[in-house]
Amino acid sequence: MGSLVTKAKRPRTVLLLALPGAALAALVVLSMLFGALTVAPDQVWDTLRGHAPSNQIRNAIWSVRVPRTALGIAAGAALGLSGALMQALTRNPLADPGVLGVSAGAAFAIVLAVGVLGLNSVYGYIWFAFAGALGASVLVYVMGGLGRSGSTPVKLALAGVAITSLLFSLTSAIALTNPDALNRYRFWSAGSLAHQNGEVLLRILPFILAGAVIAFALAPSLNSLALGDDVATSLGQRLGLIRVLGVTAVTLLTGAAVAVIGPVVFIGLVVPHVARSLTQSMGVGPDYRWLLPLSAVLAPCLLLAADIVGRLLARPVEIQAGVLVAFIGGPFFIAMVRRRRLAEL
Amino acid sequence: MTDLLPARSVDRIPYRLSTPPISGVLRPRLAVVCVVLALAVFLVFCWGISVGDIPYSLVEVVQALIGTGDAGTQLIVRELRLPRAVTGLLVGIAFGVSGALFQTMTLNPLASPDMIGITQGAGAAVVAGIVLGWDGGLSTQVLGLLGALGAALLVYALAWKRGTTGYRIVLVGIGIAWICTSVTDYLMARGKQFEAQAALGWLVGNLNGRTWDHVGPLAVVLAVLLPGALLLGRLMRTLQLGDDVARALGTRVQPVRLAILFTGVGLVAFGTAAAGPVAFVALAAPQIAQRLAGTAWPPPIAAGLTGALVVLSSDLIARELISGTELPVGIVTGVLGAPVLLWLLIRANRAGSGG
Repeated sequence: MGSLVTKAKRPRTVLLLALPGAALAALVVLSMLFGALTVAPDQVWDTLRGHAPSNQIRNAIWSVRVPRTALGIAAGAALGLSGALMQALTRNPLADPGVLGVSAGAAFAIVLAVGVLGLNSVYGYIWFAFAGALGASVLVYVMGGLGRSGSTPVKLALAGVAITSLLFSLTSAIALTNPDALNRYRFWSAGSLAHQNGEVLLRILPFILAGAVIAFALAPSLNSLALGDDVATSLGQRLGLIRVLGVTAVTLLTGAAVAVIGPVVFIGLVVPHVARSLTQSMGVGPDYRWLLPLSAVLAPCLLLAADIVGRLLARPVEIQAGVLVAFIGGPFFIAMVRRRRLAEL
Repeated sequence: MTDLLPARSVDRIPYRLSTPPISGVLRPRLAVVCVVLALAVFLVFCWGISVGDIPYSLVEVVQALIGTGDAGTQLIVRELRLPRAVTGLLVGIAFGVSGALFQTMTLNPLASPDMIGITQGAGAAVVAGIVLGWDGGLSTQVLGLLGALGAALLVYALAWKRGTTGYRIVLVGIGIAWICTSVTDYLMARGKQFEAQAALGWLVGNLNGRTWDHVGPLAVVLAVLLPGALLLGRLMRTLQLGDDVARALGTRVQPVRLAILFTGVGLVAFGTAAAGPVAFVALAAPQIAQRLAGTAWPPPIAAGLTGALVVLSSDLIARELISGTELPVGIVTGVLGAPVLLWLLIRANRAGSGG
C-alpha cells in the first residue's frame, strides 16, 4: 500500500523541482539577453563562447551581465535558504532572515564605516557590512539564549527584534547627522544587483556555500524540530546543536547576501511560504528536505525577474531590483495567501 | 520579578457582584504594576515639561498645569511645552494599546502594527509627499493618516474571503508592508539629500515642534477608541482559544475581530500621523508590560502606560542627554526600549512569561 502511494507520487514530486528549475534557467537566459546595451541573441552566444564581435559587447556580457546574473542566483538562493531555515528555527511564519539582526547589523556597520571612520573605498563597506551582520547575529543569539529557560523560539525572535531596533536607532542617529553616511545607507537600502563586479561575488561565495551545506545537512532535523521542542528532544535531536548550526548558516547566508545586494530580506520571508504551499499541493507536505531546495530555487527566480524588469522598465536608468522584488513578489504572495489556506507552522 | 510576586494563592482573586452584575478576576500584581506605571508616567510627563531653555521646578510645572502659577510660566508651559508632552503621552498610549490588541489577536509577539503594513503605508505616503512634492498643501499629519488608513483598508479587503482569520490578515499585511517599504526605499534613494534627511527624520518618529493641532485629532480618537479597546480585551481572551472554541463559547468571532482591527488601526494611524512611527514602541511596550505584570497575554492598560513611559522618557533623554541637538525621539526609544526588553527576556523564567 505504502509503496503504491509513493510510486503514484513520484512523477509529481519530480515536477516540484523541475518546473522552478526550468523557470530559473529561462530567467538566466533572459538576464543574459537584456540590458542597457542591445545585443542580438546570437552575438551573446558567440561572446559567451569566446568570440566577441566587439570589445564593447564583450565588456557588457562578461563584466556586467554574467557577474550580475551569477550574483542574483547566489544571493537569491542564500536569502531563500536562510528564510526557510529561520522560520523553522523560530517556528514563526513572520520571521525573516533579518529577524536575527543581520540586516540591521550590516546597515549599522555601513553608516559607522562611512560616517564615523570616514571610509571612502567603493567596495570596502561590503566587508564592514558582513562583519556587522555577523556581530549582530551573534549578539542576538547570545542574548536570546541567556536566562534560565535557555534559548526558545520566541525569545530568539524578540531578542532579534530588540537588537534590530537598537541598531536601527543608532543607524538613523548617524545617518541623520552625516550626509555621506546617509547617502551610502539609502542607496544600499534600496537593494540592487547592479554595480558589482565578479570579484565581489567570488569573495562572498565561500560563505554562501558553507551556509548552504550546513542548511541542507540540517533539513531532516528541522522536520523533527517542527513537532515542538519536547517531541524533537524525545526523537533524539540535540536542540542546542541544531540551533547553533542553524543560526550559523542563517548568518553566513544572509550576511553575505545582504552585505552585497542590500537588505532584501523580505524574499526570505515570502519565498518559503510559496515553497510550503507548493509542496502541500504536490502532496509532499512541509518536508524541509523539499522546502530548502525549493526555496533556494524560487528565491533567485524572484530576484532575477525583478532585476530584469528593473533594467527594462525605465531605460536608460534602472530601477533597483530590491524595489521591484516587492512589486512582483508582494501581489503574488497576497494572491497566494487568498487562494488557499497557507500551511501554518 | 518573581520575588516581588504576592503568594501564588492571591495571584488571582475572583469576584462577583450582585449589583451591578459584574464578575471577573482581580489580579493584584497587574493592578500594582498599573498604578506604579501611572505614577511614573505622571512624573516623567511633568519632568519633561520642566526641562527647556527656561528650566522650571516640578512644583511650578504642576502649578501652571492646574492654573495657579504666574502668567508667563503658564503661557510657556501650556502653549509651548504641554503640546509636545501630551503628544508624547497620547502617542505612547495609542501605540502600546494597539500593539497589545494586535499581539493578542494574532497570538504572535511579532505581529505589531509595525509589521502588518499600517506604519509602512503612512511612511510611504509621507515620504512621497516630501520627495515628490505631492503633499498638495496637506501636512505630514494628514498624509500619514491617509497612508495608514489606506494600507489598513487594503489589508482588510485583500484578506477578506468569506470572513478573515488573524493569520491571513497578518500575512496579507506583510505583503502590503513589503510593497510600501520598497516604495519608501526607492523614494529615499531617488530623492535629494535634504529630502532624504527630512524623510528619515519623520520615519524614525519625532516629537519636535508639536502643537495643539497635533494633539486634537489624536485625543478625540483615543477618547472614542480606548474604552472600546479595554472592552475588547475581555472578549479577545476567548478568541485566543481558537475560532471554533470561541464560537462555541458564544463569541461572535468576525464582528469581534473586525472591531479589534478597527480599534488597533485607528489608534496606530492617528498616533503615527501625530508623531511618525516612533520605532519599536508598539512592539516592545506590550511585551514589557506582559513581563512586568506576569500575565500570559499583553495587558492593554499596562501596555498603554508602558508605551507612554517609554516615549516620554525617551523624549526627555533625547533633549537632555544630547543637548543642543534636536534628535528625534524614535532614536532613543529603540536604544532605551531594547535593553529593557532584553533584560526582561533574560530574567523571565516562568513558562508563561518566558515565551
